Amino acid sequence: MSTWAPVEYTGVAELRGPLVIVRGVRNVGWDEYATIILESGERRHGLVLDVDRDLAVVQVLEGTGGLGAETTRVTFAGSPLRVPVGAGWQGRVCNGRGRPLDGGPPILGDDSAPVAGFPMNPTVRQPPTEPVITGVSAIDALTTLVRGQKLAVFAEGGLPHLELAAQVAAQAHTGGEPFSVIFAAMGLTHGDAATVRDILERRSSAAELTLLLNLAGDPVIERLLTPRIALTVAEHLAFVLRRHVLVVLADMTSYCEALREVSAARGEIPARRAYPGYLYSDLASIYERCGRIRGRPGSVTVLPVLSMPGGDITHPVPDLTGYITEGQILLSREVPSYPHIDPLSSLSRMMRAGAGEGRTRPEHLDLAAQILAGLSRARQAGELADLVGESALTRTDRRYLAMAQAFLVGLLAQRPDEARTLADTFDRAWQVVSVLPRSELSMLGEQALEAGYRGQE
Amino acid sequence: MGTVTRVNGPLVEVRDLAGAAMFELVLLGPYRLPGEIVRLSGSHATVQAYEYTGGLAPGDPADRGGAPLSALLGPHLLGGVYDGLLRPLTGAGTWLDPAVSSSAAVARSWQFTPLVGQGGRAAPGTAIGRVEDAGSLPYLVLSPGGEVSAISRPGRYPHDAAVAVVGGTEVRLTRSRQVRQALPYASRLDEAVPLVTGQRTIDLLLPVCLGGTAAVPGGFGTGKTVLLQQIAKWCDADVVIYVGCGERGNEMADVVAELAELPDPRTGGRLIERTVVIANTSNMPMMARETSIYTGVTVAEHFRDMGYAAVVIADSTSRWAEALREFASRSGTLPAEEGYPADLASALAAFYERAGRVVTLGGDTGSVTIIGAVSPPGGDLTEPVTTQTERFVRTLWALDRDLAYARHYPAISWRESFSRDAGALTRHDPENASRRARVGRLLAEADRLTTLAELVGAGALPARERIGLLAGRLLREGFLRQSSLSVRDAYCRASRTALIADALLAVVERCQDLVEHDVPAAAVEDRDFSPVLRAKEAPEGEIAARRDAVLNDLETLR
Ligand SMILES: Nc1ncnc2c1ncn2[C@@H]1O[C@H](COP(=O)(O)OP(=O)(O)O)[C@@H](O)[C@H]1O
Ligand SMILES: [Mg+2]
Repeated sequence: MSTWAPVEYTGVAELRGPLVIVRGVRNVGWDEYATIILESGERRHGLVLDVDRDLAVVQVLEGTGGLGAETTRVTFAGSPLRVPVGAGWQGRVCNGRGRPLDGGPPILGDDSAPVAGFPMNPTVRQPPTEPVITGVSAIDALTTLVRGQKLAVFAEGGLPHLELAAQVAAQAHTGGEPFSVIFAAMGLTHGDAATVRDILERRSSAAELTLLLNLAGDPVIERLLTPRIALTVAEHLAFVLRRHVLVVLADMTSYCEALREVSAARGEIPARRAYPGYLYSDLASIYERCGRIRGRPGSVTVLPVLSMPGGDITHPVPDLTGYITEGQILLSREVPSYPHIDPLSSLSRMMRAGAGEGRTRPEHLDLAAQILAGLSRARQAGELADLVGESALTRTDRRYLAMAQAFLVGLLAQRPDEARTLADTFDRAWQVVSVLPRSELSMLGEQALEAGYRGQE
Repeated sequence: MGTVTRVNGPLVEVRDLAGAAMFELVLLGPYRLPGEIVRLSGSHATVQAYEYTGGLAPGDPADRGGAPLSALLGPHLLGGVYDGLLRPLTGAGTWLDPAVSSSAAVARSWQFTPLVGQGGRAAPGTAIGRVEDAGSLPYLVLSPGGEVSAISRPGRYPHDAAVAVVGGTEVRLTRSRQVRQALPYASRLDEAVPLVTGQRTIDLLLPVCLGGTAAVPGGFGTGKTVLLQQIAKWCDADVVIYVGCGERGNEMADVVAELAELPDPRTGGRLIERTVVIANTSNMPMMARETSIYTGVTVAEHFRDMGYAAVVIADSTSRWAEALREFASRSGTLPAEEGYPADLASALAAFYERAGRVVTLGGDTGSVTIIGAVSPPGGDLTEPVTTQTERFVRTLWALDRDLAYARHYPAISWRESFSRDAGALTRHDPENASRRARVGRLLAEADRLTTLAELVGAGALPARERIGLLAGRLLREGFLRQSSLSVRDAYCRASRTALIADALLAVVERCQDLVEHDVPAAAVEDRDFSPVLRAKEAPEGEIAARRDAVLNDLETLR
């Protein structure tokens, strides 16, 4: 924007971890965007974390490797970082800072927007009411994803959470309304990234997909930007271009590690497990960017995906995520088949508003409640059977165990490349409850039972 | 005029602020972002900024505001949604950009009726006039004390108009008040009066007083927000101040939409008209979270002074404590437990101390009740905010993850929770005291027996103990469980709570009597208890008949 060359500062006072401390700066603002020029002419990028009189602390997104204190030059943009926004992002593959990896031209937008975003005025929020259909039976039937919701996926170690995230990203739709997916990958290995790209092939041909890839070998600090770029682009697609946008953020644990690294380099007082005390607010500044706006058609739905270190749900990353998101889908090793979703530990808090009459099926909420109640009873019966033997169970309890088995085989188990229609999912759900005697189905109304029940009694 | 020297997120340092005072408002940079002085050394001030400070730079100007951080109190409050500094959010633009100043909705005119005549005396705190169109309650304009030298005639006046001169002071419809200092009152009242919440578990077992304090600790998904929203909707207070402190935007939208729909049974208006919503969601500036708690209490005190029962509901006080920690850490304060500043305990104590039932300056009775959610990291109830809060509140509703996973809502643990006011509240109501004691005993006994049954199997227990287990199940399902989704049961009035409890107690007593007269426990367990278990979904008039149906059915076993 400026017509004069920006001031170049050469007074690098200190290099520490991902930080450069520049001396002699004037009129540099907090959170301003910086460009760091190496002796070789290479350009890196950074953000101002602290500015005290003439000293600016800059966090370098690509890391400080190879920077020399005498030879490095730094310029400041005069404002916080903005990115281009517009339809041009669709169908593109970029790195974690939004630079093309697909051989295409740089992305030019119709407009630009600050990556930090602005908080949405809570009084203009429209409470979410319609579903995103994921084509994954266990999600659509029991933890329905709702447009404008943030719903997290938590995975115990070694489970294919990235496959599930990619499957949802590849299959999801909003029943014919304009729909886009932005998949922001953080800290993925080459192998994982290849798997994710394979699964996403199906959608990227439809030009509705944007892929931002920060790989495990890429600069760690760059990850701090990746979800924010994804959301800035998403907000524009949703609220200006009127699309429903699903933003998948995987793996948020890698993101949080980057945040911890910067915090440690700054010598900040750590809170739980050495994560910074502001982890909650930082995560909220990402997850809260979902929603709908009254009187506007689009929506932003956020699906943060994360691996739980040590399988521990009380670890700060899943814990604080759970405090912010509107429910969670838990992948557990105790569930033997893909997608390994443990229905009893999973919950979509928005489901009540997004499922049922006129949205999915009239009997949806009752059917889901009945399945969950049945699974819970089956779990108790299973524990009892482990103690005293299956023969000691009542006839009814045995029917519950059979129902849980039917659930696992008939509804939950699904291939990673299998997209199920809602009709198919509901068909399977009715098969599951029909294993139980009709008299046990106290949560379903007469009319629904008449139409759906296929058991003998 | 001072100059910014350092910007580190919400921490801003300013030099040359001659004459400034602690807690004074400071306006920072070209967009005049509000901040508050939290440390002064000579003319060098440390300022806590209440907006995003991106772009603010050393060298930028900083202006003294001349007064402590204050909130604008007035007839506009009821029915509105405000940010942590009590600035209206309704009409403030889709995206909250601090560089775009908004002139939202305080400015309107109000229907004023004088209550005193010119030339009379009006003691401090007494009403000199009222505004009728300010929500579901008359909004009272209070006297600063003195002779009424001028008073406006009935009519419509703009919000900033002086409607009277009392003791030489102009009295306006709106006034600005510091938020960190409690508004004065004449004296505290000791007598215990219940706040009826409509939640059975609370009203019978774990009651809270008008002017009392309650905390709701619980991990995520245990039902804190739903419980607080239920209380906001159904409790019998006059005014509810709902503070969303660092929580979800969708929840705020939801609660506002619901309150706007629901009729207020006492006034025929809408519930939103007795509610003030302060929304500082988790993605809004963190430091405004810190003030939103005080702003909320100040609004409550303001209505208390008009003689009303006000309730402050804060979801969640943990996010407020985190804001304290964040700022302390940036300003280099020595950390205590888990990085929280050493004054966390005194800050919590001071906040809950602002609750109370009082005689107002004007001689009326009013109260401020405070109910706060606590969000312990990892559900760990030994963390500092939870343990410190437990010290200062009179009532604790601890939410239990296992109950929530079993979809037992509200997931209030009858073991971990307490109410220090229960004794005082039932002192003059022996019937309720005995009801409470019996239900409490049966629940405790059932817990003990459940542990035992897990070891030896329920079948191995003597008949009397098996009935003890049955009693626990009946009370949990028929009394404690209360779905917020149920049309009839979301709210349960006191008389109904007593009827349901008595019906269940009568059934339990009959069961005990039967096994004492050698009826096998299994035969009793097999009877159909659903009429009393579902009594909570039935009209009040049917409850006795349902109880009798079960009692008669049990009689056939003899
Ligand atoms: N009294 C209740 N009745 C029915 N459902 C409830 C009740 N309390 C909680 N729930 C369920 O639990 C979910 C989580 O509750 P919420 O209050 O949001 O938890 P928290 O605020 O503790 O994280 C809700 O979305 C709802 O499905
Ligand atoms: Mg909550």
